Amino acid sequence: MNWLWSNLDQVGELILVHLALSVPAIILSFVVSVPIGWFAHRYEWSRSVLLSLCALLYAVPSLAVFIALPAVTGLSLRSPLNLVIALTLYGIAVIVRTAADAFDAVDRDVLQSATAMGYSTAGRFWGVELPLAGPVLLSGLRVVAVSTVSLATVGAVIGVQSLGSLFTDGFQRGIEVEIIAGVVATIALALLIDWSLVRIGRLLMPWSQPDVKTGRAKSTTLVEQADAA
Amino acid sequence: MIEFRGVTKQFPDGTVAVAGVDIVMPPHKTTVLVGSSGSGKTTLLRMINRMVDPTSGQVLIDGADVATVDPVRLRRGIGYVMQNSGLLPHRKVIDNIATVPLLRGTSKAEARAHALELLDTVGLDRSLADRYPSQLSGGQQQRVGVARGLAVDPNILLMDEPFGAVDPIVRAELQQELLRLQGELGKTVVFVTHDIDEAFLLGDQVVIMQQGGKISQAAAPAEILANPADEFVADFVGANRGKRALHLTEVDGRSVVVDADGRPAGVLAP
Repeated sequence: MNWLWSNLDQVGELILVHLALSVPAIILSFVVSVPIGWFAHRYEWSRSVLLSLCALLYAVPSLAVFIALPAVTGLSLRSPLNLVIALTLYGIAVIVRTAADAFDAVDRDVLQSATAMGYSTAGRFWGVELPLAGPVLLSGLRVVAVSTVSLATVGAVIGVQSLGSLFTDGFQRGIEVEIIAGVVATIALALLIDWSLVRIGRLLMPWSQPDVKTGRAKSTTLVEQADAA
Repeated sequence: MIEFRGVTKQFPDGTVAVAGVDIVMPPHKTTVLVGSSGSGKTTLLRMINRMVDPTSGQVLIDGADVATVDPVRLRRGIGYVMQNSGLLPHRKVIDNIATVPLLRGTSKAEARAHALELLDTVGLDRSLADRYPSQLSGGQQQRVGVARGLAVDPNILLMDEPFGAVDPIVRAELQQELLRLQGELGKTVVFVTHDIDEAFLLGDQVVIMQQGGKISQAAAPAEILANPADEFVADFVGANRGKRALHLTEVDGRSVVVDADGRPAGVLAP
């Protein structure tokens, strides 16, 4: 335990570094996957090709990606940016199918009715299709968030600082507490991001909440009921 | 006035949905398109706001070919109500009603104020304004759908089987409500249904369509009953089954109206 108390600063700093690696990768994979998923949904002929290609990404061993990427991007092997790109690719592999499914799940009647109301094609996408795909997109995003936070630790093996550095360092120096601290901090961080995503989802999509879905009106307080009576 | 001139619609897979239709739908009247599924009635309706474009022929609104009007602009000027309401599940009731005015650039405050008035018009309590559609009953959703269709005070209201998915009691209620509204507003209503009784109840003009998108007869309900154009129409309206052939019998000194099977339909008013 002594190790932890005397290295709290370092752990705190690594948490921030880890965030700086995973959050951009999570956002990027989401932003890239949504149009790909929409395209696969919209154009049936492209679906199997696009989804298979993206799923294949996941089959490439991560270490191989880390080492091969610099050759493509021209970045140094130890550049954090290199890691962010790799994490983004894995994120895309995880979420793209969900993104296509999210658009499939939007009620066609609602889209038809939006068209009949006089929505333009772009207006309908931003105002109706994307928001209604939101709940399924969010579920995909949550999986990506957790898997990205966990995968980012692998960067330590190629020398990119992250919470994974606590594993490598702990192994090399035989400090068990350091390894455990790394694992606990990674899990905690994943849970925190997941929780934040759920909160953001509630804020942005109040209509998808269970009490709305089941058709019940918001419960009134006893005072309000008394007032009404 | 809506006019179809030699309108045909053939879909890419070769299906002919509408075949050479000529029909005039008079202004401020309700025209009901009725037929079984596959008769092209919904396709015909959707050609009015260019959800479907004809393969040949013309659709005219007040003499102007709709093909010359930008479809998005055209749709924003025509009310549309569909089955299962088609409400946007992620917008509150009030914002659903205000959808089209907002698309046309009306200010949010003005559109919402007007939306509240429309809740009154369709007989809904204003307290429902902040609910989401899923929190309403089917009948209430359908009323919201009608309110949304009326939001820009359009001359034309298109209704695609709007009461098809609600239970018979609520449907009867909504039908009466529509008759009341139409009495007050006098819109040019085009209404699609597969229910001949609904068609006779609501229609000033009833257009009976058959498989392959052809019109069998277009006339006032009484005229169709008096002179069905052919076997198909007679069968469709139930004349052949004796459903419409009523006669009188005396029961306890009162005249009871019964159908061909002897089932009572009502009594003659003294």
